Amino acid sequence: MTDAREKGFVVVGKSERKVDGIALVTGKPKFVADLDLPETLHVKILGSSHAHARIIEIDTSRAEALPCVACVLTHKNTPPARYTTAGQGYPEPSPYDTRMFDTKVRFVGDRVAAVAAETDAIALKALKLIDVHYEELPPVLSIDEALVNGAPVIHDESDATGIYDASRNTAADIDITAGDLTQGFAESDVVVETTCETQYVQHTPIEPHVTLSYLDEDGRLILRTSTQVPFHVRRIVSQVLGLPLHRIRVIKPRIGGGFGSKQEVLLEDLAGLVTLRTGRPALIELSRKEEFIAARTRHPMRIRVKLGAKRDGTLNAIEMEALSNTGAYGSHGLTVLSNVGSKTLPIYNKAQNVHFFGKAVYTSLPVAGAYRGYGATQGYFPLEVAMDELAERLKLDPIELRRRNHIRSGESSPIFEKLGEGREGVAQTIKSCELGRCIEIGAKRIGWSKKRGKRMRDGSWVHGVGMSVHMQGSGIALIDMGAATIKMNEDGSFNLLVGATDLGTGSDTILGQIAAEVLGVPLSKIIVTSSDTDVTPFDVGAYASSTTYVSGMAVQRAANKVREQIVKVAAGLLEEDEDSLALAEERVKASSGQSVTLAKVCQHAMYQSGQFQIIASASCVPEESPPPFMASFAEVAVDTETGFVKVLNYVAAVDCGVAINPKMAQGQVEGSIVNGLGYALTEEMLISSKGRVRNPSLFDYKILGSRDIPPIEVILVESYEPTGPMGAKSVGEVAINAPVPTIANAVYDAVGVRLTCTPFTPEKVLAAIDAATPGDL
Amino acid sequence: MRITLTVNEAKREVEIEPGETLLELLRREGYKGVKKGCGSGDCGACAVLLDGRAVNSCLVLAAKADGREVVTVEGLALWSKSHSRYSTGRAKGDELHPIQRAFVEEGAIQCGYCTPGMVIAAVDLLTHNSSPSEAQIREGISGNLCRCTGYVKQIEAIKTAAKRMGEGADD
Repeated sequence: MTDAREKGFVVVGKSERKVDGIALVTGKPKFVADLDLPETLHVKILGSSHAHARIIEIDTSRAEALPCVACVLTHKNTPPARYTTAGQGYPEPSPYDTRMFDTKVRFVGDRVAAVAAETDAIALKALKLIDVHYEELPPVLSIDEALVNGAPVIHDESDATGIYDASRNTAADIDITAGDLTQGFAESDVVVETTCETQYVQHTPIEPHVTLSYLDEDGRLILRTSTQVPFHVRRIVSQVLGLPLHRIRVIKPRIGGGFGSKQEVLLEDLAGLVTLRTGRPALIELSRKEEFIAARTRHPMRIRVKLGAKRDGTLNAIEMEALSNTGAYGSHGLTVLSNVGSKTLPIYNKAQNVHFFGKAVYTSLPVAGAYRGYGATQGYFPLEVAMDELAERLKLDPIELRRRNHIRSGESSPIFEKLGEGREGVAQTIKSCELGRCIEIGAKRIGWSKKRGKRMRDGSWVHGVGMSVHMQGSGIALIDMGAATIKMNEDGSFNLLVGATDLGTGSDTILGQIAAEVLGVPLSKIIVTSSDTDVTPFDVGAYASSTTYVSGMAVQRAANKVREQIVKVAAGLLEEDEDSLALAEERVKASSGQSVTLAKVCQHAMYQSGQFQIIASASCVPEESPPPFMASFAEVAVDTETGFVKVLNYVAAVDCGVAINPKMAQGQVEGSIVNGLGYALTEEMLISSKGRVRNPSLFDYKILGSRDIPPIEVILVESYEPTGPMGAKSVGEVAINAPVPTIANAVYDAVGVRLTCTPFTPEKVLAAIDAATPGDL
Repeated sequence: MRITLTVNEAKREVEIEPGETLLELLRREGYKGVKKGCGSGDCGACAVLLDGRAVNSCLVLAAKADGREVVTVEGLALWSKSHSRYSTGRAKGDELHPIQRAFVEEGAIQCGYCTPGMVIAAVDLLTHNSSPSEAQIREGISGNLCRCTGYVKQIEAIKTAAKRMGEGADD
């Protein structure tokens, strides 16, 4: 194994402190709403009270007449262009099925009107003065209702584009095959089939969506916004408002978490239009309730997995069928559906016969979108539960079954080429994979051989252990792009300009570390500026586990170019061969022992002879998407009297290549696991028979708190990814896929019931225990 | 109505609106380290010290702060210096409260939005219990939600800070 230390890295591989840590811990005004601008208008949105209705008439005259109301927006006075809120590369693989304000509403909370006023209170009062006359239409409240013959058509508008089959409420459809499935199953000795269902959940960043817009001195529109995708925001707002792109500047300050929900353009168009209409700054902050009702969610799915294996455990055939509920709009519908298969099936590449198919279906329910894990989270649930079941049928240790089937370094999977994100994928061979060691180390740490199958009892509590394995990707091959510019200053410091978007992940720090490593300086000499469309080069933004791998590679390339310029100047100064020079400790050192400070090199280049700015830019479009791997283990205790599942211990062994910053990499895994545990155990948006979210608060929607978490041990099992910057792969998403199947499998080990529907609430677990033969316990 | 209160060691006389919360008042007065995450006391992002105890400022009417002392995350370092129990050798002259320093060093900050409230809760905890058990730490920050870190490194940071502050007091 090659690790960071063996590579001789100085800054990379060290848990450097976050570059913005001190500002954040002292409460400096770094977030969107921390900037007070004079004359700011406060914008409030009127959400639909019906799940599915046509707006026959809107009368805004009473609201407009209210003193201190600056403007009221509805479908009558806003641009009608259809677009997608999905902040993806262009052209987006999501349908253009959304309007700023439409004549039809498709879920409870859908935009009907907006008011900009001097204060929040006045805006809210004005909303109540808007009279809306609806023609109610029958709501569509589940995947099955949406697909039934003669179901109400949710997108019956004529101007939407990119919908697979609007008449059948189908936003997207995928069907791919590798090998021969029929033959694959026919030649299998054992076949198991599992169907799992997942619930509506939300990202709940602690900072809800927020945008502040204003005009600069030259009348350009400035959007200071909490986004993961500043460049996509600029493009989409330009498209929606018909404003030339060069008249828009998007600035992402610090943002209070995103997890995918801020890969959506939900407010920027509205704030921007208010500013353009009034000339005044406009602030929109979603309330927590609005965030729950009208922001984005994880696609609820029903997924069926059928596995066929030889008697020795070798997988022969995998069939996966996914039905995804994309809610009222098709944002990320196709690509999340793609990833249900593309990020899961290759892990078992021994199966040569694979069929993946599915649909993303419109309903008149809250809108789904990007959410950390992006479909893989849903896909791994049935896949890993089915693997557990297969192991049992084959009388094999589940660990052994994984060992016999998981992908390894030097191997490939036909799925990489067959299935990309909404289109064909890109063939690739795995170049780094320590999944085998992850399994081995994780099993040891959880005490697998001592605890598995023992059903240790403690009163009414029964203990069990479960495991699952996972992969994700690192960016989207041949689609994503990141760029970086590095500029040298005469004190030997550097400005690093990146379009990459730090949403709390620490990417500013990590990208700074990569630059510092190449340039032979401490991190403190790298001044990182990110995510300002006027200042920084393009980057697609923070999604698809791309930043370290894609943007990081752009930084490494830019730093190498700057390094070459420095070496050239230094070679002249020192009268040495360029080949004999190395950058370290803020100096250029020759093998002869001579050296010169970086500050001196830059001063020479700036002021003395052959003057020029030492500066370079570079881009990265990844040719592949190397997966990080993970083995996940949990020990649980199940109360057979109440059905309560208590997680006693969690172990995650993760191969993310070289961890540029180990503490931050661990932090990504820890946060993902806790989010995933909430998904497994407590989180669920409850929806009424009229389509209304019944628990839109952090009191009624339970995300885990500090008392709810088990001890979590994260082990970084380092590999070296030759295509990544300094050997790195991604780490931001992979671990969120793990808790659901890991807990389900641990509960089975404890009490012998298969949980196939999240969240695993005491009610459901108890019902499953009761349904099982009492003699089994 | 007008109220008088001390914010971060400075006496302030401010005009407040009927029904205005302490959160709204503080943010309006420029204390942007006080964050709004829910407005209903569920997330703890808006926590401040009111007469030395952590409260969710979104649940306190501004009028209730009349005549009282408020400390926000911006004023922690200053406040800790003027309180003898934190005037330890280690903390003196430091720009950061030991808890803030530990949060930075232990990687306990990701997006940073819950951080001010979490730090305030930890200060309350360690003020009243200088060597808490892990269970007590978990209890102490249980009113503060974090979606990024999974709490692991935050708990570690509070342990580190408690240890350092304890050592400092023994010096």
